[in-house]
Amino acid sequence: MKHTVEMIVLAVGAFLALVGAGFAQDRLFGAHMWILFFVLLGGTLVLMRRTDFRPIPAGGAPRQSEYFDEVVKYGVIATMFWGVVGFLVGVVVALQLAFPDLNIEPWFNFGRVRPLHTSAVIFAFGGNALIATSFYVVQRTSRARLFGGDLGWFVFWGYQLFIVLAATGYLLGITQSREYAEPEWYVDLWLTVVWVAYLVVFLGTILKRKEPHIYVANWFYLSFIVTIAMLHVVNNLAVPVSFLGSKSYSAFSGVQDALTQWWYGHNAVGFFLTAGFLAMMYYFIPKQVNRPVYSYRLSIIHFWALIFMYIWAGPHHLHYTALPDWAQTLGMVFSVMLWMPSWGGMINGLMTLSGAWDKVRTDPVVRMMVMAVAFYGMATFEGPMMSIKAVNSLSHYTDWTIGHVHSGALGWNGLITFGAIYYLVPKLWNRERLYSVRMVNWHFWLATLGIVIYAAVMWVAGIQQGLMWREYDDQGFLVYSFAETVAAMFPYYVMRAVGGALFLAGAVLMAFNITMTILGRLRDEAPIVGAVPLPAPAE
Amino acid sequence: MSILDKHALLERNATLLLVGSLVAVSIGGIVEIAPLFYLENTIEKVEGMRPYSPLELAGRDIYIREGCYVCHSQMVRPFRDEVERYGHYSLAAESMYDHPFQWGSKRTGPDLARVGDRYSNEWHVQHMIEPRSVVPESVMPSYAFLKETPLEVRNVATSLKANRAVGVPYTNEMIENAAADLRAQADPNVDTSGVEARYPKAKVGDFDGDPQKLTEMDALVAYLQMLGTLVDFSTYDDATGYR
Amino acid sequence: METYTAMRHFADSWGLLAMVLFFLGVITFTFRPGGKKAAQRAASIPLQED
Repeated sequence: MKHTVEMIVLAVGAFLALVGAGFAQDRLFGAHMWILFFVLLGGTLVLMRRTDFRPIPAGGAPRQSEYFDEVVKYGVIATMFWGVVGFLVGVVVALQLAFPDLNIEPWFNFGRVRPLHTSAVIFAFGGNALIATSFYVVQRTSRARLFGGDLGWFVFWGYQLFIVLAATGYLLGITQSREYAEPEWYVDLWLTVVWVAYLVVFLGTILKRKEPHIYVANWFYLSFIVTIAMLHVVNNLAVPVSFLGSKSYSAFSGVQDALTQWWYGHNAVGFFLTAGFLAMMYYFIPKQVNRPVYSYRLSIIHFWALIFMYIWAGPHHLHYTALPDWAQTLGMVFSVMLWMPSWGGMINGLMTLSGAWDKVRTDPVVRMMVMAVAFYGMATFEGPMMSIKAVNSLSHYTDWTIGHVHSGALGWNGLITFGAIYYLVPKLWNRERLYSVRMVNWHFWLATLGIVIYAAVMWVAGIQQGLMWREYDDQGFLVYSFAETVAAMFPYYVMRAVGGALFLAGAVLMAFNITMTILGRLRDEAPIVGAVPLPAPAE
Repeated sequence: MSILDKHALLERNATLLLVGSLVAVSIGGIVEIAPLFYLENTIEKVEGMRPYSPLELAGRDIYIREGCYVCHSQMVRPFRDEVERYGHYSLAAESMYDHPFQWGSKRTGPDLARVGDRYSNEWHVQHMIEPRSVVPESVMPSYAFLKETPLEVRNVATSLKANRAVGVPYTNEMIENAAADLRAQADPNVDTSGVEARYPKAKVGDFDGDPQKLTEMDALVAYLQMLGTLVDFSTYDDATGYR
Repeated sequence: METYTAMRHFADSWGLLAMVLFFLGVITFTFRPGGKKAAQRAASIPLQED
């Protein structure tokens, strides 16, 4: 392969980063540009080393295969890698809350590492899973090769660069303080470029499809890509202090800024972590159980109702704040209504197994997917409940919210992604089966136990915290000082870290399992009881 | 083509699907966010709000940089327990110059909307250096490095200009004097009448216990000490707004 | 306040009615008997090949 243009672009980029470092208007921007310089320089060198100077064979470029799967393979590996990193950082921050001496100032203080954890799991793990699976699914369901040729590679590597810049920026202290949109203006601009390329690749593939109908999974992927583009651009509107500086000030202030941020924040959940992952559900569950989705027409209603209603739910993050009451009420009403399309989709996913329920017992991958949908149902019941103002007055600002987020993120997003990867790896690398199906079983139980511990502990912690803050004695005085409520959280914070560690252990086991699968190894093990017996080796 | 075939059109036309879903996801945001910019009763009129002084703004930038919002809210809700614990519930006007807002979403530590004037400068500095030496139950990380890090003063005026570009009413006079005001506010040995005139109720003097050096600790403590102090709530009746 | 009141009245009356009717229309249309075959074909897209 020749990469002349790519090499030149990377080298120019590295040079510009060096210039940026030299003329930086503040210390942090300078440090960040040095990091960018070394990353781009490294990329250039790797490309140079891989350059092949032999002439192109007489037959012209090798014929393109039907599907562009190389980038999907990279995406699967990146998903697994960032997943383990993100979960590990999660366990670290959980321990920091229990044992504050684990903070290492300034770079590894909780305030800087927590955004690293949230971004690593949402955008690095979740984002790579979405990009990889969407590229896989859109090709299969469109029966067309990915549009744009090497643009697919640009999306993948451009997104990894975004992750590296965001992560190193957090540790340096470069942040907009907008939750789940912390990266500063120049990293945001870069993500916008990558995202537009992503949209072009995805939409282009749909446009050149050979299948007349656009399968519903692609609707969900498409609306996820488009809506995230809209949210990202509006929420990150800001004026930089200097074009050679890291700091910017948000275009909006106070109450308008708060609602814009939570309109974004809630729909990062609604579209990044829900619509995109529902697309996975609508493809990988039918594939793994080999049955069409329970009701295709329900999925149409599911799609329109979900995307229309989700966008209204943001104000429930601002109950009883200085946001006007009418906006809070609208947010609450739509959040409660959102329960219906969410459960419609959940039922649709679960009922796809009707007639094949035995697979839950015999196929741990199916079990993982079913558990993911079950957690989706649980989290989307809990969410509307917590958005009711009376409930929210207790739950807001407490660890209950953290528990809720994790039952959705670990349970729904985590398990459905694991299921999809377990499905994808043998297919992509052309292996007969996974290295070990029994390890999948172990992973399932480690992950499930971890989530249950995590969520249960955070319920108790959050409700106790909320009740302690508002407890009065007979004399009409507050019973607890704030510091006492912090001390009361210690045992829960320790148990939460244990739950997270179990989940991490499952992911490490998975990383081992898929590595061995990719290497082409098969573990010698007894099949799961009841599963179809493996074909006997030829005599 | 009968009306019944129309959705089939949508299901087969990617561009229509794209536009349709974009319309569906735009409505909610427009209905909820746009009115906040023109409905007059969104932000009540109060006396006393002013832009941050250059030193306070620098402190606020450090507050954001260190991710303090991750554990500390700045939004007191109108409940009896919160008002008794933290002070009068927060008004929309109090964050009208906050680009970005710092309302927060989690209270691992207490609310800071009205922390100004509650503790001495010395308490804050000691608390930043070793939180558990003043609050044994605290799980806050140590921020001792702030006291060793000189405050970066290169972009003071441009920071104010950027804020003016997004709507904060900094005057030309404020911008011209930005760098001098920043130093004067933290220096006990110079004339501070200028900065006090431009930024009423600004706290002046040395904040970090070391008058010789202008550090990030100076800026952060100056910011913390002004939080919630601009609006005079002595004439408000807390109980009227309870929910 | 005038704008707010007018919008609130609209949202609580005709706006609400219009959305309910639209929603019922969408449901009826989607689940009309004639759409069954097309839906079944679409649902089988992922299973056709790899």
